Amino acid sequence: MQIPKFNSESIITAIIKIIGYSAILFVGLIFYFLLSEGLPAIIEVPLSEFLQTRWYPIEDYYGILPLLVGSLVVTIGALIIAVPLGLLTAIYIAEVASRQTKEILKPLVELLGGFPSVVLGFLGLLILSQYLREIMNLPTGLSALTGSLILAGIAIPAIVSISEDALDAVPQSYRDASLALGATEWQTIWWVTLPAAKSGVLTAIMLGIGRAIGETMVVLMVTGNAPMMPTGLDTLFNPTRTMTATIAAEMGEVANGSTHYHVLFFIGIVLFIITLIVNVTASTFVFRRKKRSERILS
Amino acid sequence: MKPRTSPQRRNLTQRFGFIFLRLVAIVAVLPIIAIMIYIIYKGAPAISWEFITGFPSDGMRSGGIWPAIVGTFFLTLLCALIVAPLGIGAAVYLAEYAPDNRWTQLIRIAIINLAGIPSVVYGLFGLGLFVIFLNFGISILAGSLTLAIMTLPVIITTTEEALRAVPQAFRVVSISVGATQWQTVRRIVLPQALPGILTGVILGLERAAGETAPILFTAAVFFLPRLPSSAMDPTMALPYHLYVISTQVPGMSSEIQYGTALVLLIFVLGMNLIATVIRSRARARRQW
Repeated sequence: MQIPKFNSESIITAIIKIIGYSAILFVGLIFYFLLSEGLPAIIEVPLSEFLQTRWYPIEDYYGILPLLVGSLVVTIGALIIAVPLGLLTAIYIAEVASRQTKEILKPLVELLGGFPSVVLGFLGLLILSQYLREIMNLPTGLSALTGSLILAGIAIPAIVSISEDALDAVPQSYRDASLALGATEWQTIWWVTLPAAKSGVLTAIMLGIGRAIGETMVVLMVTGNAPMMPTGLDTLFNPTRTMTATIAAEMGEVANGSTHYHVLFFIGIVLFIITLIVNVTASTFVFRRKKRSERILS
Repeated sequence: MKPRTSPQRRNLTQRFGFIFLRLVAIVAVLPIIAIMIYIIYKGAPAISWEFITGFPSDGMRSGGIWPAIVGTFFLTLLCALIVAPLGIGAAVYLAEYAPDNRWTQLIRIAIINLAGIPSVVYGLFGLGLFVIFLNFGISILAGSLTLAIMTLPVIITTTEEALRAVPQAFRVVSISVGATQWQTVRRIVLPQALPGILTGVILGLERAAGETAPILFTAAVFFLPRLPSSAMDPTMALPYHLYVISTQVPGMSSEIQYGTALVLLIFVLGMNLIATVIRSRARARRQW
């Protein structure tokens, strides 16, 4: 009786181990398929042409610069709104709000985090863009600004919940010590708690960046989708086109294996690498924090 | 050493500071409530038996959204069947089996990366692997597989958290009465962590149900005159349908648009609600 039990145990252990490693397999598969479909683009389109400022695939203009800049502009705009708003909300929830207020605010923020992005894009298209066009007297409400505003709504829940966790994880004794030295609660927040939670807050911001730069449906629906190179500050009020929106809008219409198809996968590689850098940076903040706490404890 | 500011001044700073923080929190949260109320207000009149169970007609401008509801249901269901064993298995490995070494760290980095990959890149991957390479075509199967890999990191992370929350003493006792590690996991740890696991799986599927970009080139079609008959058929889906009727169809009535948005929200937030209920009931009943 002992032997078959031992066997099934080792088979199950092996299966669990294989499944455990599946995440690595999937990252590898994703990278492989992006490369195999995207790298031919480099052969078919000379590198100098990629760095042109004109994206017009019908006439074989594959300059991806306007798309890259479009993604950057929309993301930076979203962060300018979402980082202060999200961080201050997290501080309010973690440090100031009463227990009942906390119980109301946290689920509400999580609720926003659960909204399908296409619903937010829909509202941006029907309401926000009309409203912006009227009050700012613009030719169109579909602009980088509209995209940034809605993207901020997508980044805020991520920033709030992770920052709030980081603030919550700061030991109560830090605050007690600060208050005992005569600091007010307000001073304690800014000089003790927030600096102690710095790495978690940075992680939250990085993940917010990742969310914003990778978001597709919102920017596809509300930014107007004109691949134009920015000329000045008015870029914010003009239509723009991001990398994600370009893939989503054009992939449905290209022939498999065409140059255009390869270039769209190539843009996918660029996106993959950008989010890889953002996420690895975000996770090193966490790892560094762990090492620091280990150092203090040892 | 003289204090930099007088106590009165500091108290005043604090009072105004807190008022400011409260205002910011209200500014951040108020739009969420406003959006909910507005969508319910504008969408509720569209909801009727015909709207839920009917097919779109007149080029989407009238009729119902039944095929889109069915499509999203099947996509989510198949995604659940694929991702639940994978995600729970991987979490069991990480929480119960994995040694603390470089390989395990590599798995964790891979999970973090999976979580960060943009949804449209998952769409590209699904197109390359499932639709073209494995020749599934544009189908529910290809879409569900793509969604499954996208939701995998969420489910691994939440399940691992639920497993780690089970007190170590439970495992020690089980092993000490002669159970093997797998018996301990299956009979003791998994049942104890079940509510947490279910919550995580549902929250992951909530994301899958609401996503548009991954199914854009793997599963979704503009219009189908009939319901999909197998997993190899393409399908309509609620999020994609909302995208289509708000950008591609001129002269669309806003009532149908808001009605579709409301149904999608109910679908997605309903799953959220179920997860919340499971979590709070388990918390109330938990004895450790």
